[in-house]
Amino acid sequence: MNRLLPFIGFMLLVGLFGFGIWWNTRHDPNAIPTPLLNKPAPAFNLPKLYEPAQTVSKADLLGKPYLLNVFASWCIECGVEHPVLTAEGPSLGVALVGYNYKDAPADAKNWLARHGNPYGLLIADEPGQTAIDFGVYGAPESFLIDAKGVIRYKHIGPLTPDVVAKELKPAIAAMLKEAP
Amino acid sequence: MTPELGQLALILALLLALAQSILPLIGAWRGNRALMAVARPAAAGQAVFVAMAFGILAWAFLRFDFSVQYVADNSNLALPWYYRIAAVWGAHEGSLLLWILILNVWTVALVAFSQKLPEVFASRVIAVMGLIAVGFLAFIIFTSNPFGRLLPMPGDGADLNPVLQDPGMTFHPPMLYMGYVGFSVAFAFSIAALLGGELEQAWVRWARPWTNIAWAFLTCGIVAGSWWAYAELGWGGWWFWDPVENASFMPWLVGAALIHAQAVTEKRGSLRAWTILLSIFAFSLSLLGTFLVRSGVLTSVHAFASDPRRGIFILAFLTIVVGGSLLLYALRAPRVLGGKPFKVVSRETVLLIGNLMFAVAAAMVLLGTLFPLIGDALNLGRISVGPPYFGFLFPLLMAPVVLLLPFGPFLRWGKGEAPVLKSLLLRVVIAALACAIVAAFLVDGNLKAIVGVAAAVWITVGVLLYAYKRWREMPRGRRYPAEMAGMLLAHLGVGVFVAGVLLSESLSVTRDVRMAPGESQHIGSYEFRFDGVHRANGPNWKADQGVVTVIRDGRELTVMHPQKRTYLRGQVQTESAVDAGVTRDLYVALGEPMDAGNVEGAWALRLYYKPFVRWIWAGGLLMMLGGLVCAADKRFRLKRGAGAEAGAIASLRVQENHA
Amino acid sequence: MTRQLFRMLLAASLLLGGFAHAQAIEPMPFKDHAQELRFQHLTHQLRCPMCQNETLADSNAPIARDLRNQIFRMMQQGRSDEEIKQYLVARYSEFVLYDPPLKPGTWLLWFGPLLILCGGTGVVLAAIRRRNRGDGAAEAPTDNGDDW
Repeated sequence: MNRLLPFIGFMLLVGLFGFGIWWNTRHDPNAIPTPLLNKPAPAFNLPKLYEPAQTVSKADLLGKPYLLNVFASWCIECGVEHPVLTAEGPSLGVALVGYNYKDAPADAKNWLARHGNPYGLLIADEPGQTAIDFGVYGAPESFLIDAKGVIRYKHIGPLTPDVVAKELKPAIAAMLKEAP
Repeated sequence: MTPELGQLALILALLLALAQSILPLIGAWRGNRALMAVARPAAAGQAVFVAMAFGILAWAFLRFDFSVQYVADNSNLALPWYYRIAAVWGAHEGSLLLWILILNVWTVALVAFSQKLPEVFASRVIAVMGLIAVGFLAFIIFTSNPFGRLLPMPGDGADLNPVLQDPGMTFHPPMLYMGYVGFSVAFAFSIAALLGGELEQAWVRWARPWTNIAWAFLTCGIVAGSWWAYAELGWGGWWFWDPVENASFMPWLVGAALIHAQAVTEKRGSLRAWTILLSIFAFSLSLLGTFLVRSGVLTSVHAFASDPRRGIFILAFLTIVVGGSLLLYALRAPRVLGGKPFKVVSRETVLLIGNLMFAVAAAMVLLGTLFPLIGDALNLGRISVGPPYFGFLFPLLMAPVVLLLPFGPFLRWGKGEAPVLKSLLLRVVIAALACAIVAAFLVDGNLKAIVGVAAAVWITVGVLLYAYKRWREMPRGRRYPAEMAGMLLAHLGVGVFVAGVLLSESLSVTRDVRMAPGESQHIGSYEFRFDGVHRANGPNWKADQGVVTVIRDGRELTVMHPQKRTYLRGQVQTESAVDAGVTRDLYVALGEPMDAGNVEGAWALRLYYKPFVRWIWAGGLLMMLGGLVCAADKRFRLKRGAGAEAGAIASLRVQENHA
Repeated sequence: MTRQLFRMLLAASLLLGGFAHAQAIEPMPFKDHAQELRFQHLTHQLRCPMCQNETLADSNAPIARDLRNQIFRMMQQGRSDEEIKQYLVARYSEFVLYDPPLKPGTWLLWFGPLLILCGGTGVVLAAIRRRNRGDGAAEAPTDNGDDW
């Protein structure tokens, strides 16, 4: 029996590695699950992209659920995500709030002019300070926030049609069912 | 047409590897000499074809054959020829080909130097080497073909990762693979021993020089990698406990244990099963490293681009080779206690404790490396295990090894003498304490530095006392047989290494500073004067090159040129400037201009003062040298032919019965 | 689609890889040398959330810069290392800690080596005891041709 121990230990390792390979085909190894899930979104007060004199706070957005989409003109994958957002946005059933992250306002406006603007509201976080409170570490990232201001779902990386259909829409449906 | 020839050569090599592995095994089993005789020519043939494939790939790089995808991905017209050669192993496919080439180098060496081994045993060993080659050749042919075409052929290629465009990185992979693959020899010996039953006990003596050489190469590879990370990456560190670094460190630890276990088994006949198990572990961990680096299951700075198909292939191969050999071990490992008995106070006991600590340390590194994966599996959330974890546990586990190291050589096999130990203990304690007290004044009471000095003195004095004892007691010519000289060198290397690690970690100074041209910064007695930045051009890069003059006691010591390079394809790479010294390194890395774009103005610079950091690699090189010297011992040469060895086997058998 | 996504990720990671080795060098106006050392020590224990496997101190990623600045600000406000770690864990999870905290989930990690050591010690002790029964001193000289 003792002589079998190394073999058994090794087989456990093989199982672990098999799991690792399987897991990596289903998960983005660079995505870190947020600890903010099902917790109130952090308070913020950020200028609008197009009217920097006006600011938007978390309180202003309470009462209606929305999808907060973190994007930037320097972010390559945002270009992948953008057409999906444009196509699927209107059918989601929640407002689309654009969160322009660490971007020069002029660059962001140019980028939106070129790719189209699917967002109902656009806020800008040029220094990236508020984004830290959201646990943002890159772009694109998307937060689904309900009417009470609680984060219900987060996706890291571009929203693809697959992610929208299999994760985002069910999350929205569950949220709306709970608090219509 | 030539790249296709390369692929053809690989396929032929695979066929020969199949012949090399299957036929001799059947021959050894059936006692058929004709089948056993296939082993050597098949191995030689395989080596010829693999060398041909490697040469063809190198040739494709040298003549810019961008119709080969791998060449187009990893080189371009401006890349100098020496880096085009290095680019052969610059990415996954080519580095795998290098792995296979080195496996063939080892196999050919084995074929050449095993003429005097018993035929059955030798053919089994060569067959096991062939089996490993089959796995890797199939891997490269079916999942990672380096000869794939890219049509239409692009006018120019991409680039070799600029991180790899450094002399240190050019030598690091071949050395490392020499070590990894070298453990396959010890592995093949122990598998052959298991297959043949206990009769061929003498295999341990035959395997010893191979293990020592493999371990020496692995040491060299790790030292080269560590040196490169230090000099090239601009972060001033030399080890980060990254999964890929750990992947090379685990076989090293197990290899160190194996070297000592083999000594016990060869000389005293004890620890036979353990030696076999360690031989299997050392090579398995080498394979595991290959898996971890190429499968993408762990996140690392150095990993190759991953592909789940490759992961599955290596995992399957790993399961067959390692699982199969561990199963064979479970079925066939010697059950009877062999060898001579020993007392509690004896060299065997000390070596056993050392072996235990090395094995536990390797297990700890494995656990820490894989724990993020375990965390995913058990749904514990994403967990990071890094330098604080390993840096805390590893020294604790190695402390007993350091403490016992001076005593090992002084203890006799079987039964040590207490009075000798007491006088030795007294001397090393006094020496270590005295040096620690002196050091305490010099380093301002820095505890880590004091411990470093004490530990280094402890080891060094122990080693030197033993060398002196031999000098006094033995006649000339018999004082230091190669095996012992190697041991002394390697142990001295441990002392130098310990001093380097603890002193440089505790006394280093790092400063990020803003410097305008003409401004100075002081670190200790060194004054760093920044003399501005100018442009510099290389064969395939442009750089901002800083000029930093170092002044000490009013005298100009050196002028350093840290660079920030921009390579052809836009990759930015820091090229730090290092002024090396025996007692300290000065190290400067160039950051960004403080006002974006104003290269005339102030720049961000990182200045390091790193005392004794070079001792880390010097210690590693001493260990490597020790391994090589050890392997040169006359006793390991198979001069008298297999007949004498059979005599040795017989005498060991007698001892077993006696026990 | 996933294939394409995979390629995109690959391209992004290669791009990141290309920049990752331009070192993060940022002089900051520390209050004194002790604070500078504290900052270096702390940022070396924290992991950049975006990178492959790099500390906040070494990474050149934009988020690593922002977090370094944030840590610097919090140090100026007199917050302790523990508070700063809590702040980051609340936002980025324990992933950012290179020193995983001791809790039931990490018992295996922290006590595993001890467990292996205890098991191994048991085996070694048993082996020594078994061998000790024989009389080693009375052995005939070995045939291996050396004298030490």
